[in-house]
Amino acid sequence: MERVAQFRQQTERYLSGEISEAEFLPLRLQNGLYIQRLAPMLRIAIPYGMLSSTQLHKLADISRDYDKGYAHFTTRQNLQLNWPKLAEVPDILEELASVEMHAIQTSGNCIRNTTTDQFAGVAADELEDPRPYCELIRQWSTFHPEFAYLPRKFKIAVCASETDRAASQVHDIGLHLKHNDRGETGFTVFVGGGLGRTPVIGTRICEFMPRAEILNYLDAILRVYNQLGRRDNKYKARIKILVRALGADAFRDKVQQEFELVRGGEMTVPDSEFQRMAGFFTTPDYESCDAAAVSTAVRRQASDDRAFARWLERNVSTHKTPGYAAVTLSLKPTGIAPGDATEQQMHAAAELADSYSFGELRVSHEQNLILADVRQADLYPLWKQAQAAGMATPNIGTLNDMICCPGGDFCSLANAKSIPIAEAIQRQFDDLDYLYDIGEVDLNISGCMNACGHHHVGHIGILGVDKKGQEFYQVQLGGDSGHEASLGKVLGPSFSQDEVPGVINSLIEVYLARRQGDELFIDTYRRIGIEPFKTRVYSND
Amino acid sequence: MTELDNPMIKDGVLCENHWQLVPKGHPELPGAANIIVPALLALEHQERIAQRNDIAVWLDSDEPPELIADQLPQYCFIAINFPVFSDGRGYSYARTLRQRFQYCGEVRAIGDVLLEQLFYLHRCGFSAFELREDQNIEEALLRFNDFSEAYQSGGDQLQSVLSKRLQQSN
Repeated sequence: MERVAQFRQQTERYLSGEISEAEFLPLRLQNGLYIQRLAPMLRIAIPYGMLSSTQLHKLADISRDYDKGYAHFTTRQNLQLNWPKLAEVPDILEELASVEMHAIQTSGNCIRNTTTDQFAGVAADELEDPRPYCELIRQWSTFHPEFAYLPRKFKIAVCASETDRAASQVHDIGLHLKHNDRGETGFTVFVGGGLGRTPVIGTRICEFMPRAEILNYLDAILRVYNQLGRRDNKYKARIKILVRALGADAFRDKVQQEFELVRGGEMTVPDSEFQRMAGFFTTPDYESCDAAAVSTAVRRQASDDRAFARWLERNVSTHKTPGYAAVTLSLKPTGIAPGDATEQQMHAAAELADSYSFGELRVSHEQNLILADVRQADLYPLWKQAQAAGMATPNIGTLNDMICCPGGDFCSLANAKSIPIAEAIQRQFDDLDYLYDIGEVDLNISGCMNACGHHHVGHIGILGVDKKGQEFYQVQLGGDSGHEASLGKVLGPSFSQDEVPGVINSLIEVYLARRQGDELFIDTYRRIGIEPFKTRVYSND
Repeated sequence: MTELDNPMIKDGVLCENHWQLVPKGHPELPGAANIIVPALLALEHQERIAQRNDIAVWLDSDEPPELIADQLPQYCFIAINFPVFSDGRGYSYARTLRQRFQYCGEVRAIGDVLLEQLFYLHRCGFSAFELREDQNIEEALLRFNDFSEAYQSGGDQLQSVLSKRLQQSN
């Protein structure tokens, strides 16, 4: 609330002319407020993607009362309002504060929301729940006095399983939770990953940093960056450019030097504190059940109802507790901007969470909503209700579950529209059997090289470019945000908007003709390379 | 408005600033008393400065404290310049002075110093502030209390939430 009072006072001074445009800029940015092409945009923080149903109800009300009745979930697990009024922003912040939410440090050159795996705490393949560590980092980074005016924005992601569902290697800092041979917890630290104009996979600078020292180590990294990161050119100001310029070894040495000064200092975290943090993420009160019987019942429901079977296959994930499952509510129906949800959908999702998932939801970096703790016995009624709310499109992980930025329809930075491209592709692949046969493909679309749609790490990436005032689209192949992170390669000359769906179709046809066994698109690409795809697409001319 | 000529804030109270800033590129060490000299000029005239007790030094945002680390006690105080408020290097320089070099004297913020920056500057170890001329310096005194709690340890008296909690549980 002190922050709301501060920003109200700042907004009043700006509107009365006492604070200049340039001086108000970092103040509004640090409170999540951008001025966009058509209106201000307010980005609301959802720390590591966790939401209570109460919070989601409030967000729904806010988007009805202060916006146009819908909002956009982002690739960094946050929520954006695209049409708030500047004078009302302090009121929105006050409403948010009433459910312990805010928009602090969701934009500006500071440490942003720390993100993680949307299945944290329930994934069968995780070493430990990463959320207590995210919370610790969230607290450390909130109002950090030394790092509020960094050379550029700074993003941290944490993952705790082999399958990196947090795209951590394309973050400024990626932390991979590890256990050493004495069973102690620590992190492998990657620095300088990122997308944007200069896409880079992060460099490993530390194999194992004990968890007690992690905040001290983060302080050291940020201090080196704050002093040495470039400030003369905003396109060269991210930490990835500094790591590259100094070289990984020299960068590591500088961090080590700073680290030695703070090692064991006041921000060293004792085990008791980790235990206290973990106490905020207790496992819900799971019911024990006859898992085999439940699973038989679900299979029977699936064999009776093909549509339910499809949804089970695509939108339901395994859970570490027998008899439970994690459900992904798709925010990617055809024709809607990926990640958009209406006020009614947000209320409906919150009600589903109350009925079926202990009143809790998560936002994924793929821009969907997750109910993480659903009894398998409840899957069928849940599916029916999700369907009624338009959130049961069975396309999770498929080509049509694309990541997409708001693009030229909303964003003043974009070179080209991205949402109509997403829609045209979804229409091209509207046959679900065909879509399932294609299997898992990450298709990512960005409207400009700032890469908010993560096009570099899509198995298929699409980038909007401007050619003499016309919107064109460059296609890239072979990116991956997972454990074997890689950046896509450009296929060749770019295409017009109308050509894109056909091009994607040709790429898919090459894959289907060449795949061996149950190879995924990315595996076939890695095996046969870019040439067969190139030949096919450009010989069509 | 304050009646003070050339007001500044030092250790939480308004006072008059009696110090003159010597600009970068000044050819000679001026004879006048109470001058804040640029770091490079100070390095050139180390011996003369050692014999005087009315000289302070200022670091620009691309001049880290390592530059003058050996001579810190010779200066009446260390000033750190903010050429624009959004250049945040000075925050780390103040932390470095306090933490690495254990500097206990005055650390003064000069240049594009605005109301909005005071809370964080103070937390990083700045103890004196020459605000930009157009800033309302009386209101500035209130800005140090924008927030009552902090998650981080800093160069000021505000204790981190973590260390408070650990103290309570001991």
